[in-house]
Amino acid sequence: MGLNVFETGRPDTASPYDTLTAQVRAAAAFTRKHAMAAIYHAGSGHPGGALSCADILAALFGAELNLWPDEPGEPDRDRFVLSKGHAAPALYAVASHFGFCSPRAALSLRKLGSPFQGHPHVVDLPWVETSTGSLGQGISVAVGMALGLRLKKSSARVYTLLGDGELQEGEVWEAAMCAAHYGLDNLCAIIDYNKLQSDARNDAIMRLEPLAAKWRAFDWVVAEIDGHDVDALLRTLRRAGSSQGRPSLIIAHTIKGKGVPFMENVPTWHGSVKLTRAQASEALAALGSSDTEIEEFLA
Amino acid sequence: MSTAPSLIASTGDSLREAFGRALSELADEFADVVVLDADIAGGTGTHHFRASHPDRFFQFGIAEQNMMAAAGGMAAVGLVPVVTTFAVFCLRAVEQARLSIAYAQRNAKIVASHPGTDVGPDGGSAQALEDLAAFRAIPGMTVISPADPVEMRLATRAILAHQGPCYMRTGRSPARRIFGDDHSFEIGKGQIIRDGTDVTLVAAGVEVARALDAAALLGEEGISACVVNMATIKPIDGKLLARCAAQTGAFVTAEDHNIHGGLGSAVAEALATRHPCPIEFVGMKDEFGASGEPEELAAHFGLDAVAIARAARTVLARKTKRRSR
Repeated sequence: MGLNVFETGRPDTASPYDTLTAQVRAAAAFTRKHAMAAIYHAGSGHPGGALSCADILAALFGAELNLWPDEPGEPDRDRFVLSKGHAAPALYAVASHFGFCSPRAALSLRKLGSPFQGHPHVVDLPWVETSTGSLGQGISVAVGMALGLRLKKSSARVYTLLGDGELQEGEVWEAAMCAAHYGLDNLCAIIDYNKLQSDARNDAIMRLEPLAAKWRAFDWVVAEIDGHDVDALLRTLRRAGSSQGRPSLIIAHTIKGKGVPFMENVPTWHGSVKLTRAQASEALAALGSSDTEIEEFLA
Repeated sequence: MSTAPSLIASTGDSLREAFGRALSELADEFADVVVLDADIAGGTGTHHFRASHPDRFFQFGIAEQNMMAAAGGMAAVGLVPVVTTFAVFCLRAVEQARLSIAYAQRNAKIVASHPGTDVGPDGGSAQALEDLAAFRAIPGMTVISPADPVEMRLATRAILAHQGPCYMRTGRSPARRIFGDDHSFEIGKGQIIRDGTDVTLVAAGVEVARALDAAALLGEEGISACVVNMATIKPIDGKLLARCAAQTGAFVTAEDHNIHGGLGSAVAEALATRHPCPIEFVGMKDEFGASGEPEELAAHFGLDAVAIARAARTVLARKTKRRSR
């Protein structure tokens, strides 16, 4: 019996750039499929925001983060904090692709006794670095990590991924002011800017624009990119490492539900939803799964 | 030449001053300790640490939510953050303490100055009467309220040596010295500081001195009151309470806090399952504070020795009635 969808190998990060890009794309594709399967098995979960950030997570785990599954406690490892904790299925999926946990085990999402809770919990899964799920706190924890690592003279960098609706939390701006005040150039925040939140479009709930201007005014180095363009993600993440005395922010323009046509840009698929088997099959097919793979994922 | 006014500076024998000095003195021994402040170091006593260890002192500005969660991040990379602000502003960041510290099982310490009516003239808005209840309700959180400067120094060392999240109250106003230099402190242990057989007065923080005064008042009437200093509110020393219950069969709890959710509730919970007996609760009766000097407020709101003695007579009457049934 050949390798099934749960036995995908880890990429070789020493590979030439084109191959690395291809590997990140493959990781993103796996992340989307696995997240949909996990949400299907769980009977609840947030598909829209998991699909929108899959490429960002794949670029981080597949290339940018100095982080290895066999050395999870390395003091100088880079830290990644999923501030938008409801995208946990995507985090578990990408981490399983890169060997931090078993892809099959991660399908136990949201089940009693499973370490793969609905939102990441560091006591259950040390590699999630901190517990999140209450919006606004992850970026503050990342600020604390960046300050602490600097005090310890560590070369490690800290990355955090925020949702756009999350920016309505006042704590985010407390953290933004603090990171700039301390000149935390070891901190990079990424916004998964998919324009939708739980109930409707951001601008119908509470307007975020002018978003880049806000962060620039807070004295962050800001880049705006297409959050589904893997080459742009890799380039921009690399460049964020040389922001010299200022924290860096990447506004990644994304599409909520990216890759599953019936979910794309539809707010209904933000919230915790129950996927029917037919919906899960349709989603996996749209994401490029073969009939065999769909069977494996949904069995 | 005039001296600059020092409106909230920690001075004299206040608990915050004792904490601030102890923290600075212990900093070399506890090399991973960092101190987080929200523009109030002069008030919390951490200006001593700022002066002695400036590289380990982190200013977060008037932004307590970010400070509290960032403490979780600092603990995550191996530091021992001591988050300091006024008790009422700790309430503002309860959810950050819950998720990013307690739920994540971080070894962070939250030290709150200016709790209760002891705040005095700043008035009701500044007087936290809910902090013990809020932090006691967070799983895994140790909650401590020392009684005098001697105990505060010992408790400061104890929380730094303890592995796990702690919430500790200091105090704004000058605190009466109760204990000698031979005093000891252990997290989770209450202490009988005056023996008695008729009624047990259980107190924490500034109410311990008042409970001792109440015991003296009761003694003049021939009532023998046992006084327990319950500096650790969580985990509560249920064993000691059960022993006192067997000895006296009646309790008064006294705290500078709402009677709902703090020391009184913790004592009642412990006794209900171990040794039920009549209890009267001295504390704020589900109301907010007001401006005034601490002793004036204690008399006004019924937190003083007179109020504790009155509660003792009430509970003794209940005890007698119960026994005669």
